[in-house]
Amino acid sequence: MARITLDHLAHAYKPNPQAPQDYALKEINHVWSQGGAYALLGPSGCGKTTLLNIISGLVRPTRGRILFDDRDVTDLPTEARNIAQVFQFPVVYDTMTVRENLAFPLKNRHVPRDKTAQRVEEIARLLDLTSVLNRKASNLTADMKQKISLGRGLVRPDVAAILFDEPLTVIDPHLKWQLRSTLKEIHRALDITMIYVTHDQTEALTFADKVVVMHDGAVVQTGTPDELFERPAHTFVGHFIGSPGMNILPCRVEGATAYLGNESVALQRGYRSLPGTDRIELGIRPEFVRLQPKGTGLPVRIRRIDDIGRARIARVEMNGRVLAASVPENLSVSGDEAGLHLDPHHIHIYADGHLVAGEALGGHAT
Amino acid sequence: MTDSVAIRPSDVKTSAAPLAANKVLAGPRVNGRVVVMTLYILFLMLPIYWLVNMSLKTNTEITSGLTLWPRNLTFDNYITIFTDQSWYSGYINSLSYVLINTVLSIAFALPAAYAFSRYRFLGDKHLFFWLLTNRMAPPAVFALPFFNLYSAIGLFDTPWAVALAHCLFNVPLAVWILEGFMSGVPREIDETAAIDGYSFPRFFVKIFMPLIASGVGVAAFFCFMFSWVELLLARTLTSVTAKPIAATMTRTVSASGMDWGLLAAAGVLTIIPGALVIWFVRNYIAKGFALGRV
Amino acid sequence: MTKTLNNKAWLLVLPVFLIVAFSAVLPLMTVVNYSVQDTFGNNQFFWNGVGWFQELLDPSTDLGGRFFDSLWRTLLFSAIILLIEVPLGIAVALSMPREGWTVALSLVLMALPLLIPWNVVGTIWQVFARSDIGLLGWVVNHLGIDYNYTGDPLDAWITIIVMDVWHWTSLVALLCYAGLKSIPDAYYQAARIDGASRWAVFRTIQLPKMRRVLLIAVLLRFMDSFMIYTEPFVLTGGGPGNATTFLSIDLVKLALGQFDLGKAAAMSLVYNLIILAICWVFYTIMTNVDAQKERAEA
Repeated sequence: MARITLDHLAHAYKPNPQAPQDYALKEINHVWSQGGAYALLGPSGCGKTTLLNIISGLVRPTRGRILFDDRDVTDLPTEARNIAQVFQFPVVYDTMTVRENLAFPLKNRHVPRDKTAQRVEEIARLLDLTSVLNRKASNLTADMKQKISLGRGLVRPDVAAILFDEPLTVIDPHLKWQLRSTLKEIHRALDITMIYVTHDQTEALTFADKVVVMHDGAVVQTGTPDELFERPAHTFVGHFIGSPGMNILPCRVEGATAYLGNESVALQRGYRSLPGTDRIELGIRPEFVRLQPKGTGLPVRIRRIDDIGRARIARVEMNGRVLAASVPENLSVSGDEAGLHLDPHHIHIYADGHLVAGEALGGHAT
Repeated sequence: MTDSVAIRPSDVKTSAAPLAANKVLAGPRVNGRVVVMTLYILFLMLPIYWLVNMSLKTNTEITSGLTLWPRNLTFDNYITIFTDQSWYSGYINSLSYVLINTVLSIAFALPAAYAFSRYRFLGDKHLFFWLLTNRMAPPAVFALPFFNLYSAIGLFDTPWAVALAHCLFNVPLAVWILEGFMSGVPREIDETAAIDGYSFPRFFVKIFMPLIASGVGVAAFFCFMFSWVELLLARTLTSVTAKPIAATMTRTVSASGMDWGLLAAAGVLTIIPGALVIWFVRNYIAKGFALGRV
Repeated sequence: MTKTLNNKAWLLVLPVFLIVAFSAVLPLMTVVNYSVQDTFGNNQFFWNGVGWFQELLDPSTDLGGRFFDSLWRTLLFSAIILLIEVPLGIAVALSMPREGWTVALSLVLMALPLLIPWNVVGTIWQVFARSDIGLLGWVVNHLGIDYNYTGDPLDAWITIIVMDVWHWTSLVALLCYAGLKSIPDAYYQAARIDGASRWAVFRTIQLPKMRRVLLIAVLLRFMDSFMIYTEPFVLTGGGPGNATTFLSIDLVKLALGQFDLGKAAAMSLVYNLIILAICWVFYTIMTNVDAQKERAEA
C-alpha cells in the first residue's frame, strides 16, 4: 500500500508533441494519499482513462514521473506495480470457476496453495461470493463478474491501489447502488487506495472522499464533494457538478459590486485586482437563487417550473439570459413575472473560467 | 480484518511470469512470432515462386538442370497462351460460370437468409441443417448424376451447367454467411421502415441492402473462391465449348512429352484472378472470417 | 433476439429450397436408382435390390475390401491433416502481426493458396516435388534422402500431406486470427495485472475465445479432407498402386472409369451418409456452444 505521486506528468499519443493541444493529458502534479477513496470525474475524452492507464502502467507517460511512496515506477510494467484494475466491461476467465478466478493472481505468483485457499475464502466472504465459489464464472450476471474482477485485485496482499474504469457501465441500475456500497464497505475494511474513474457525478460524489475533476486533458479542481459544490474552482466544475448546474452569467465587476446588464448585485468580497480579461462571469448555484414575488429583487420572466422531486426549479429569463432558480415551497406567483434573490454568500466571480478569490471586505465597504 | 491471512512478500514470487507475459503484448521485434510468420510465408511462397520461375524459362532450360532464376528469360509461354484462342477462351469460360454462379448464389440466398435471420417457421432448423449438409456434400458423389441431369435438360457443355452445379455448395454457404450479417442488424430497423411506410421490397433494396453491403461482399468473395477453385464438376459438365481453363491445362501433355513451361505459365495465370480478388477484399477478409462462417 | 413465428417466411426460402433440391435431391434420386440396379452396359439395367450394399459393407468381398481400404485411408489422412493443420494454424494466428502494413500483406499472402484452382495446386506440387525439375525434390534428393513420390507410397503420402498443409493451413490460421481479434484488450490488460504467464494467457483467454472458430475450422478441414479428390488425383493419380486412393478418387474410378454405376452409386450413398452423420454431430456441438455462449452473455 502506498502513496501515489504524479510528478509533472503529461502524455501525448502523437510523437513529438509541441502545442498544448497535442497533449491528451496536460501537465499534472498530484498526490493520491494512502487509503484515500478518489474519484476521477470528467466527460468522455477528457483524459481520465489515459491517466488511469498511466497509473496502472498500461501506458507510459511522455513526460514526468510516477512514484509509489518514494519508488519511481514510471518504467515498471503493470505486473510489477502492485496495481489492480477493474475494467468497464467485466473481465473474467470464462473457463474457470469463481474460486479459480480469485486464486489466479496468487497462483501466477506461486503463493502456497493453502494460503491461497484461505485468502480466496476470505475475499469471497467480503464480496458475498461464497455461495457461487464453485460455479463457472462465465454464467454469472454482470455485477457478479465485476465483483470477481475486483476480487482478483483484492486477493493480492500487496496491492497499492485499485483502479476502477467506469465499473458500473454495464450493471443494471437497481444493482448499481448495491455494488457501490459494497465498494465503500471494502474501502473502509481494507484501507486500500481506490481511484474510481467515471463520468457520472452521482457515482463520483457518493463514492469518493476526494474528487478530481478533469476537463480537456487537465485537472481543473480537486476537492471534497462539498468543496466542489460550494466553491467550484472553474466554471466547468460548476456546470458539470450539480443538477441543474451552476448559473454562469457574464458580468462586469467594480469593487464589490457586480453588474448584470443594468442590474447591480452586491458582493461579499472585493475584486479590485481582477485579471485584465473580457471574460468575467458571475457564478451561483440554483440552490442559492430564490424566486420571489414580482417587484422584489431582480426582475425576471418565468419560462417554466419543473418539479424535480425534492424541490421545484424555475427556469427564468433575465436580460435574455436563462437561469435556474429554486422556488420556495410557499411561494405562489401569478403571471410570468417575478423577482430573483441571489444569496451573496454563494456568489463567485470567475475570470476566464477560473475562480477569483477576491479580498475580504473590511468594515469600510463602499 | 482481524482474521486476515498473512501473506508475506516472500510468498509472492514475481520474477519469471510477468516478464513472459509482457512479451505477449509487446510490439513487433525479432522474436518467435516473427520467425514463425516468416517461415510460414516462405513455405507458402516457395512453390509459387518455383512455378513463376519455370513459366519464364524455355523447356530446354527446365529439363537440362536446376536454375534458381531464368537464365534465358522468355515470355514465349505466355505469348502462346494469349495468342491461342483455345487457351484464352478457357479463361473466359471459367470466369463466366464463376460470375454466373456468384450472382445466382447471392440472389437466391438474400431472401432466404433474411427469412432465417428474422422469422421462425415450420421446419426452419431442419431446413438450415439440410442446406449446410450440401456444403459438405462430396462433389465426387454428384459428378455422374449431374452429368446425366444436365445432359438430359440440354445444358451440358454450357457455363450454366457448371454455374448451377456449383450452386449446390455455394447457395448454402451464401445463406450461412448472409444470415450472420443480417442477424447483426437490429430488427427495430425493419419495424421503423414499415412504420415509415416503406413497402417490403423497397425497404429491402433501399435500407437493408446498404446495411449488409459488406456481408454481400464477403459472401460474394467466398462464392467466387469456391466456384473458381472447384474442378471436378466443372470438368465433368463440359467438353469443348465451355471447358474451364484449369481443364485446358491437361493439353500440355503432347506426343513430344510435357510442355512444362506452358503448364507453368497457365498455372501462374490461374493464380492471378484469385490474387486480384484477395487484394481488393483484403480489409474484409478478417471480418468475413470473424463470423466464423466459411 | 426473439424471432417471430411466421410461416409465410417459407416463400422467401422457397427459391433456395428449389434450387438446392434441384441440385441435390434429383441427383441423389438418380444415385439411389442406380444403387439398386446392375448394368451390363448399353443402358440395360437389372434390379439388384440391396445386393450392392451388402457387398459394399462386407469387407470380405472385393468391393467391400476396396471400400474399407479407401475409407481407412481417407480417415487416416483426415486425422493426420487435422493433427498438423490445427496446431500449426493456431501458431500462425498467434504469430500474425497486430498492426501496420504487414497485417494486410500477411493476410493477402496467406489467402493466396486458398484461391488457386485445386488441380493447379496439384500441378504446382507435382512440379515442385519432382526430383528432376522440382526445387523440393531436387534439394531433398541432393541431401542424400531417397525421395520419389511417384514410386514410394510413403513419399507419396508425405507429399500429399505437405501439399494439403500448404493449401489449407491458412484457412485455419485466418479463422483463428479472426477469433483472436475479437478479444477485447481489457482481457490482456487484466491478465498482465494478474501476472499471468504467456502460456496462461493462451490457456485461459485465447483458447477459450477461439473455441467456436476452432470448431468450425476442424469441421471444415475434416469435411474437405474427407472429400479430397482433385489435388491427390493430379499429384499421384491415387498411386503408387492404390496407396493414395482416397474415397473420392475410388468413387470416380468406379463410376467414370469402369462405369460400374451400381457399385459406385451404392458407395456414394454410404459415403454421403457417413458425411451426413459427422456433419450432424458437429452441428449439434456447435449449436450447443452457441446456446451456452448466449446464456453466458444474457
